[in-house]
Amino acid sequence: MSLIDKKTVERVADLARLHLTEEEKEDMTKSLNEILEFEQKLANLDTDDVEPTIHAIELKNVMRKDKVEESLSIRDVFLNAPDEAEGFFKVPRIVELD
Amino acid sequence: MELINKSALELRDLLDKREVSSREIVEAYLERIEAVEPKVNSFVTLTKEQALKDADKADKMIKDKTATSLTGIPIAIKDNLCTYHVKTTCCSKIIKDFLPPYDATVITKIKEAGMPILGKTNMDEFAMGSSTETSIFGPSKNPWDLERVPGGSSGGSAAAVAAMEAPLALGSDTGGSIRQPAALTGIVGIKPTYGLVSRYGLIAFASSLDQIGPFAKNVSDAAALLTLLAGHDRRDSTSLPLEKVDYLQNLGQDIKGLRVGVPVEFFAEGIDPEVESNVKNSIKALEEFGAEIIEISLPHSEYALAAYYLVATAEASSNLARFDGVRYGHRSKEDRDSVTMFKHTRAEGFGPEVKRRIILGTYALSSGFYDAYYLKALKTRTLIKQDFDEAFKKVDVLITPTTPSPAFKFGEKNKDPLAMYLSDIFTTTANLAGIPAMSLPAGLTSEGLPVGVQIFAPALKEDIMLNTAYALEKAIGSIGFPALEV
Amino acid sequence: MPLEDYTIVIGLEVHAELMTETKLFCGCSTSFGSEANSQVCPVCLGLPGTLPVLNEKAVEYAVKAGLALNSDISLLSKFDRKNYFYPDLPKAYQVSQYDLPICLGGHVDFIVNGEKKVIGITRVHLEEEAGKSVHSGATITDSEFSLEDYNRCGIPLIEIVSEPDLRSPEEARIYLETLRNILRYAGVSDCKMEEGSLRCDANISLMPKGATKFGTRTEIKNMNSFRSVQRALEYEAKRHAELLDRGEKIIQETRTWDEASGVTEAMRSKEEAHDYRYFPEPDLVPIVLTNEFVNDLKDNLPEMPVAKYHRYITEYGLPEYDADLITANKDMADYFEEVIKHYKDAKVVANWLMGEFMRLVNEQEVDITEVKVKPKHLAEMFALQDKGVISSKIAKTVFEEMFNTGKDPATIVKEKGLVQITDASEIEKIVEEVIKTNPDPVAEYLSGKEKVLGFLVGQVMKLSRGKANPQMANEFLKKALDQLK
Repeated sequence: MSLIDKKTVERVADLARLHLTEEEKEDMTKSLNEILEFEQKLANLDTDDVEPTIHAIELKNVMRKDKVEESLSIRDVFLNAPDEAEGFFKVPRIVELD
Repeated sequence: MELINKSALELRDLLDKREVSSREIVEAYLERIEAVEPKVNSFVTLTKEQALKDADKADKMIKDKTATSLTGIPIAIKDNLCTYHVKTTCCSKIIKDFLPPYDATVITKIKEAGMPILGKTNMDEFAMGSSTETSIFGPSKNPWDLERVPGGSSGGSAAAVAAMEAPLALGSDTGGSIRQPAALTGIVGIKPTYGLVSRYGLIAFASSLDQIGPFAKNVSDAAALLTLLAGHDRRDSTSLPLEKVDYLQNLGQDIKGLRVGVPVEFFAEGIDPEVESNVKNSIKALEEFGAEIIEISLPHSEYALAAYYLVATAEASSNLARFDGVRYGHRSKEDRDSVTMFKHTRAEGFGPEVKRRIILGTYALSSGFYDAYYLKALKTRTLIKQDFDEAFKKVDVLITPTTPSPAFKFGEKNKDPLAMYLSDIFTTTANLAGIPAMSLPAGLTSEGLPVGVQIFAPALKEDIMLNTAYALEKAIGSIGFPALEV
Repeated sequence: MPLEDYTIVIGLEVHAELMTETKLFCGCSTSFGSEANSQVCPVCLGLPGTLPVLNEKAVEYAVKAGLALNSDISLLSKFDRKNYFYPDLPKAYQVSQYDLPICLGGHVDFIVNGEKKVIGITRVHLEEEAGKSVHSGATITDSEFSLEDYNRCGIPLIEIVSEPDLRSPEEARIYLETLRNILRYAGVSDCKMEEGSLRCDANISLMPKGATKFGTRTEIKNMNSFRSVQRALEYEAKRHAELLDRGEKIIQETRTWDEASGVTEAMRSKEEAHDYRYFPEPDLVPIVLTNEFVNDLKDNLPEMPVAKYHRYITEYGLPEYDADLITANKDMADYFEEVIKHYKDAKVVANWLMGEFMRLVNEQEVDITEVKVKPKHLAEMFALQDKGVISSKIAKTVFEEMFNTGKDPATIVKEKGLVQITDASEIEKIVEEVIKTNPDPVAEYLSGKEKVLGFLVGQVMKLSRGKANPQMANEFLKKALDQLK
C-alpha cells in the first residue's frame, strides 16, 4: 500500500516552493512512504480525549511595552541582500509567467 | 604545562592565580586546532584574531577584578547561533555567506562574560541529522575513531571538545542533538528545560523543541556554562521568568536516598549489549552511593519518535520557509518570476534531508492530513508528558542509555533516513515533554568507543540532574581522551 | 432579468492598522512615510533566529475595537501561523489568529435611506501586516520586477469579517464608513484609506429575489476609497446579473478593481488551491484576559457615534441633521466639543462648523486635525460677534484669516482694523454721505417705495467697508430719511 503518491509529493513540494527533479520526486515518494509507514503506529493510539500540547511549558501573556526601539542601520538591512535597488529589495516579476 | 588537557574550571583557577593568561590559553587551543582540524573537521569558521583580542580583554577583566566565573575561557559555537558579522551558515548552501547583523542572546552573554569565541562548529544542515553527514562542509570525524561519526546534529561542537580543540562548546538540541553527539564522543552535554535558555538568535529547526545547551569535558564545567546561559530574556516569549540559579552550588551533595527511576522501555529492543552493560554499571554505581533504584514505565515512549518527527518537521517546514532568496542567502539564477525563483533557490540551497523534512512537515500540516498527523502528534506529546509527570511522582530522576549504540560508521545510516531517525529513539521524549536531560560518559566499549548515559529530571530540576551526574562521574571516573595521534 | 430582481449579497473583510507606536512583535516604529526599509529590525525582517514578542498595546486596541463593535471578547486567544510565500512576507508566514480570535460576534448599526440596518460581525482578529511591493510597471502584471519595502511589515492589524448581511453596494460603502467612524471613535485606528491604514476586500454574490441559497461569489480586491468600494461592487453586481441572465456560471475567483478603467478583472494566477497550513505559533504563548481587564476597557471606552448623536440632540438641542453631520466625523465632533466648552450656543457653533469651517476645509483640502484655528479662538470670535465688535459679515473675513494664520480673532480684528463702527457720529456721517450721493433712491424711498431702504443700507455698509454696525446703519438711515419727509 502506498501512503503518499508522486502526485501528492508534487503538490506538497509546490506548496513548499521546492523544485524537485523527476529523480528526486521518485526518491522522495519512496522514502516518505517508509517514514509514513512508521508514523502509522500513532493511528493505533487512542487520543480521543487528549488535549494537544503546543508548548511544553505553561506561560501566558508574555508582552512588551509599546516603546520604540532602534531599527537596523540601512547597511545592516542590506548586508545580505541578493539584489538591492535604491534602498529596496529587488525581486523578479511577481505575477507568474505561463 | 599542557593547557588543553585541563577542564574549564581548572583553567579559570589558573587564570585567577595568574599562572596563565587567557591569551596563552587561546593560543594553546588555536595551536591544537591547527594540528587536529585536518583530521577532525570540527570547525567551519575560525575566528582566531577576534579570539585573541577577546583574550586580551579577558585578561584585563581579570586584572581589573571584573571577571566572572568563565572569563577568559575560550568556547566553540555551533553554526546555527547568530554571531554579529561572523558567518552563520547552519552548514547549508542556502545561507553559506550569511552575516547576522545581531548576536544571539547566548552569544551576548558569552561576550559579556569575556569568553573568547574560537569559531563556529560543524553541524548537520539546519540541525537535521544525527551524524554531521548532511553538512555542506563535509562531516566532522569522531576523535575516538576517525571512521565513525561524532553524532549530530551538534557533531562539530562535540568533536571539538572531545578532540581538545575547545574546553567548552555550545550546541542545540531539538531531539537529541546535544546528548547524542556528547554520548558518541565521550563528553558531557545538557539539554536544559525548555525556556531556561533563551532561543533568541538560534536559527530555528523546531521552535517548540529547540533548546541551546552546553558541551563540556566534565559535569562541573557543564554546570558552570549552564549557569551562564540560563536566565530570562525579554526577546524570547517562551523564556521562563526565573531567578538565576548557580548550578555549581549543588554539586557534590550526598545522593543517599535519591530515587532513581529506570524506565523498562529504554532497555527493551535493539539496544547494543555493551551500551546496556555500561549503563547498567552506572545504575549500580548510583545504588552503591545509596540511591534507591526503582523500575518504572513510560508506556508511551514507543510513540515518541513518531510524534517527534511530525512535530519537528511541521514546525521546520514553516521555520525554513523564510529562505526564499529575497532578503538574504542564496538566490537562484532561474528567476523569470518570483515563484520560479523561490522554487529553484530552495531546490539549489537545501540538501536532500532538509528537503525531505520540509516536504514531510508540509504534508503533515496540509489540508486533509492535519488531524491524522500533526494534531495526532501533539496529542501524543501530551501522553508522553503525562508519562513523565506520573514517573516523577515516584522518582527524582530517570536514567537510560543516551543512544541505542555507540558511534556508527560514515555511510552506515545516511542512505536510510528512518535508520538515522532511530538514533534519536531515546532522546526525543525529553524535548517533547520540555524536561531537562543530559548525557555523560558511562564508559568505553571493547572497541574503545564511548557510551553515554542519560539522566532525565523534572522541569527546572537541573540542579538534581547535575548532582546525580556529578556523583556518577565520580563513580565511573574519567574515560580519558581520544589518542588522536598528531 | 433586471438587477432589481436579484438580491445582492455582500460581505466585507476589513483590515485596519492599529495606531500603536511600535509594530506587533518588535520595537520598530510604525510611523508612515519614512525612507524605505529604515524601520526594520532583525525581527520584522524575518532574519533567521529572531523571535516575536507581543505588543501589549495592540492587544488592548484589538479588545477596544471588539468592544466598540459589540463583540464578545475571548478570554483565551492565541496566535497561529498562516503559511504562504510572497515577496512582501519575510517569514513566508503571517502571524495571525485562526481558531481562537480575540473577538467573536458583534454588529454595526447604521441608517440607510431612513431604514435602520444591523450588520453582523463574524469575528475580529489580530495579525501582522506584510511589507509593501512597489512595481516597476503600471500594474503588477506588467511589471518586470518589484521592489520590497518592509517598513509596513509587522504593523498590527485587526481583520474585521462581516456576515453576508449587506444588500447593496451603497450599503457596503455606508457600512465601511460607519466602521471607520467607530474605529476612529474608539481611538484604535486612524483608518486612512489613502495611506492604506484601512483596506477592504469584498465578497459578492447574487440570487434571485426570494431565493434563500446564495449564488457563487467572487472576491474583489484593490479598492482604495469608499467611493471605489461602491463603484466596484456596482460593477460586479451588474456583471454577475448579466452572466446569470445569459445562463452562464459565475466562476468563484478573486478579482481586482481597476480604478482608472472602472472594471474588475480576474487576477491571473496559476491553479493552486490555497492551503495555508495554519498551525499554532510555537514562538508565542496564549493571551489570557481577565473580565476585570475587559470591563475596565469597556468602562473607559470613548463615546461611540450613535451615543454621541443622541446626546447632541438631547443635551445641546441640535437638530437631527446637525447631530448626524457632526458626529459622522470624529475629528469634527471632537472639535465641536472643544468649541462648546468655551461657547454655549451649540447651534451657532454647529452652523459655523457645517458652513464656513467645512467650506474652507474642503477648499484647502486640509485634515480637520490640522486646522490652525484653535477651538477656543473660534469661541472668542463668536463672543466678539455677540458683543457687536464684529458683524457676521466681518466674522467671515476674520475666520478666513484665523484659518490661514492661526491667529486669535482679537488680534486679527485689531491688526486689520476690522472693529465694527458703533460710534453714532461716525455712522451718521456716512449716512449723510449716502443720502447726498444717492438722490434717486432717496427720492424713491420718500415717494413710498420703502424697499429701497435695503439698497441704501448696503451703500452705508459698503462705504464703511463692512464695518458699520448693520442695526445702527439701518436705524440711523431710517431716521435721517424720515426727517426728509
